[in-house]
Amino acid sequence: MKVFLMYKDRDFDMQQNLPWNEQILTQDLELDTLFYAMASDDKFLFEVVKKAVLTGLNNDLATILYRQNILKDCLKNSFIVRDIYNIAVESIKSEKEHYFGLFSKYPSTILHRSIEVLQVFADMLKKLKNIADEHAEKFESEGFARFFDMLKKELSDEYLASIQNHLKELKFQNGVLISAELGKGNKGINYILRKPHDIKKSWIDRIFTKKPPVYTYTIADRDESGARALSELNDRGINLVANALAQSNDHILSFFNALRTELAFYIGCLNLYEQLSQMGEPVCFPQPAASHERKSSFKELYDVCLALTMKQKVVGNDLNADKIDLVIITGANQGGKSTFLRSIGLAQLMMQCGMFVPAESFCANIANGIYTHYKREEDAAMKSGKLDEELSRMNDIASHITSNSMVLFNESFAATNEREGSEIARQITSALLESRIKVFFVTHLYEFAHGFYNKRMENAIFLRAERQSDGSRTFKIIEGEPLQTSFGEDLYRYIMADKKDLIPFD
Amino acid sequence: MTFYSILFGTTEDGIKKETLEAPAFFADLNLDQIIDAITAGRQEYNLKPFFYTPLNDIDAIKYRHEIMQDLENKILFEKIKSFAQKMREMREHLSQKDKLYYKYQKESWFLDAVEIYCDAVNCLLDDLNIVDLKSRGFLAFREYLADYVKSSRFTSLLAETKNLKADLATVKYCLLIKGNRINVRKYESEIDYSIDVEKTFEKFKQGAVKDYRVKFLDTLDMNHVEAAILDLVAKLYPDIFLDLDDYCEKHGNYLDKTIGIFDREIQFYIAYLEHISKFKRAGLKFCYPMISDKSKEVYDYEGFDLALAYKLINENSAIVCNDFYLKGKERIFIVTGPNQGGKTTFARTFGQLHYLASLGCPVPGQKAKLFLFDRLFTHFEREENIKDLRGKLEDELVRIHNILNQATPNSIIIMNEIFTSTTLQDAIFLSKKIMEKIIQMDLLCVCVTFIDELAYLSEKTVSMASTVVPENPALRTYKILRKPPDGLSYAISIAEKYRLTYDSLKERIKS
Repeated sequence: MKVFLMYKDRDFDMQQNLPWNEQILTQDLELDTLFYAMASDDKFLFEVVKKAVLTGLNNDLATILYRQNILKDCLKNSFIVRDIYNIAVESIKSEKEHYFGLFSKYPSTILHRSIEVLQVFADMLKKLKNIADEHAEKFESEGFARFFDMLKKELSDEYLASIQNHLKELKFQNGVLISAELGKGNKGINYILRKPHDIKKSWIDRIFTKKPPVYTYTIADRDESGARALSELNDRGINLVANALAQSNDHILSFFNALRTELAFYIGCLNLYEQLSQMGEPVCFPQPAASHERKSSFKELYDVCLALTMKQKVVGNDLNADKIDLVIITGANQGGKSTFLRSIGLAQLMMQCGMFVPAESFCANIANGIYTHYKREEDAAMKSGKLDEELSRMNDIASHITSNSMVLFNESFAATNEREGSEIARQITSALLESRIKVFFVTHLYEFAHGFYNKRMENAIFLRAERQSDGSRTFKIIEGEPLQTSFGEDLYRYIMADKKDLIPFD
Repeated sequence: MTFYSILFGTTEDGIKKETLEAPAFFADLNLDQIIDAITAGRQEYNLKPFFYTPLNDIDAIKYRHEIMQDLENKILFEKIKSFAQKMREMREHLSQKDKLYYKYQKESWFLDAVEIYCDAVNCLLDDLNIVDLKSRGFLAFREYLADYVKSSRFTSLLAETKNLKADLATVKYCLLIKGNRINVRKYESEIDYSIDVEKTFEKFKQGAVKDYRVKFLDTLDMNHVEAAILDLVAKLYPDIFLDLDDYCEKHGNYLDKTIGIFDREIQFYIAYLEHISKFKRAGLKFCYPMISDKSKEVYDYEGFDLALAYKLINENSAIVCNDFYLKGKERIFIVTGPNQGGKTTFARTFGQLHYLASLGCPVPGQKAKLFLFDRLFTHFEREENIKDLRGKLEDELVRIHNILNQATPNSIIIMNEIFTSTTLQDAIFLSKKIMEKIIQMDLLCVCVTFIDELAYLSEKTVSMASTVVPENPALRTYKILRKPPDGLSYAISIAEKYRLTYDSLKERIKS
């Protein structure tokens, strides 16, 4: 029995490795904010959505669409989906409650505990089966259709009855029947629990078949060591069956675990959806394109993390950049450049793991990898050391990156003078572009930005943070030629005007 | 040729009693360490008496050389080891049998012991038949063994054992446990319940899970419930258990005496060869020495101290080999040179080589000719009584006197640092006197001494000296070479190294 709600043909592996740069991505795109919102204070959900989002980069187009359809079903039937999830959670919880010392020495203890757990599991499986019977037709996705079909087929009434039958027989009302042979020193070995033959013979048969001899030994009432020996013999007999039952429970448990894990991703999506719709923020199912294509078009794309932090609607942006490999973003400080860049990275990640994206519409080619290279604020004083550090991070990226990936630069290589920084940026960017890597570059390096602008490349586009003529910002990113200054003066003045009593400027 | 013993070709050799005490010189030559190492882990065979008993006959030595050489065939060696392993197992079974209480259990262990024995004997004969044997000892033993295996005594033992084992293997029974009652009856093809359970839940299978099987403490003995059940099983299968009773009564003395002795005695060779294989792996050489009871022209090339080498190999340190030879009238090695340079080791090696050769063993070295001595004497400095100088000197003289009284011209004497506890003049005088006696008796002798004068006492003496690395006199080479005593040169070189020679010191004081 396989859940297969994350992939059409395989389990979702919680042990799989995250991309090597997961920490950098988490930091630069503020992914934790997204994960917390999806997890709603549930540690397990947090772990699953983190895994699912960050490993989404390995998904192919078909997997993305497979999950999108399942997610659409979840949005339509959220109560039923949460019910199924709760059954999984409850099963796992009750298994844990029947905890036994990890090193239980007695098969009889193991068997007893296994019977109790199996009883609970049998009830839970029955509940699942009932949901399938009642609600299956409300689901349209391939994934859920298969899942419900499987439940109906594998958990037939007959099958559930056979489990009950085992539960009854393993209580050994008629005694424990064990076969044995003679081993070393004529000691009994190969103790195996046997299922007694059904007594179906007619009474005539019973009278006329010669009865094989049976001899009986009875332990005396006060013979304590004899009683111990007998119970050990009993334990030897049921050892294998106790093992088989305990392992079966583990297998059923791992089914519930898989169910819980795979649904957890969708529960996370439901949680996020509910929060965003409360704020009135739009979401849409993106259109992914093949990785070799170049698509980057969206309407009202917003930074979902900013919205979650602000707990209100935030500014969205539009872009029409199909067939574009290079996007250079310049313009005013505090003008929304970083937010814009982050919204692109976030939407890309969300799309690739099969989620909806925070926009009115969104279309992008899938990327083989997403890499971020952000200016790090710390140790600003040590100029040369900082450039060294930046280039070393770039070196890490270079040793992992493949074609059809995507790099988001945020004010990179500014740790030196503009000429040198520009030259480094130019060389790196040119090399990436020639390797079919999509580059988004937020920069103040005028020489670098303008140099590319002057090339008039067909596959490059230049954006600017919008600035009203009075110096105020709209936080909109619009198309436009790189400008020489970044309006730091504005910012300086803005701060001075508001908080001059707080910040002592000369 | 009738087989007598794998250690002795003829009955006369064998009549010699097993020596229970180590010879007096064992400790001085570190032979005790060597024999301890050789016999380690083989206490059950009580091999030491064999190693305490040197042979006095060249043919007896050759008899063992032949067997050793046969055993250098790896196949034969491994086969003999596997025979020994089986015999060991057999003995373990018998001793386990004695420890047990319930009859049917004892009988089962006995049956297994006999089965192992039969297997050991059969395999050994098969193995000996496929190996190309050359030694008189092995050839005669093989003949003996072939006759034994053909004998009705052995064939019927084997057949009965096999039948009984097969019968017991057919026993299969069922226990029905309910409350404090156990019903015992034959097994009636009921299905395995755990397989049934596994089948039911197969659809949930998700890969590896934990193993919940409990490991039971399996003792060899039985509790009374098991024994009671076994008695009931015996009632279910009365014929088989009756056969078992008869069998045990009949075959109490199944073990052939000659084979039992062979199993012990062959360990003398196995133990020795196994021990020296460690050295061979380290690149050291062993050879079968030519043995003479007439010519005292002895030699050994690339020899070494077996006790020291064992220690060094375990420490992964390099081992230095040394050569020696005596030609014509030469009889006595006078060994001089720096301390800690390998002089005592050289003396011990000389003694060890002769002793091991007298046991019929291959000896350290690439090529050797050794003398068949009648007695071997050692005189090593004793540690005790350091304060009582006169007592010690006196004691030394008494001991040497005793040795010289017992020695014959066919004896070997090894002396290490004699007369260190008296004045140099005394020491020279006494040493010369003793050496003159030894020379006169034409004894083979090694004398380690600080008295250079002894080196040229007679044409029978050969001067050997330990050496140092010329550039760094503090480093020993542990090479003992035929060369005149170094005299002062060693001390001078040390002084030079510390710039304490006359010229150096003068220069230093000047500045």
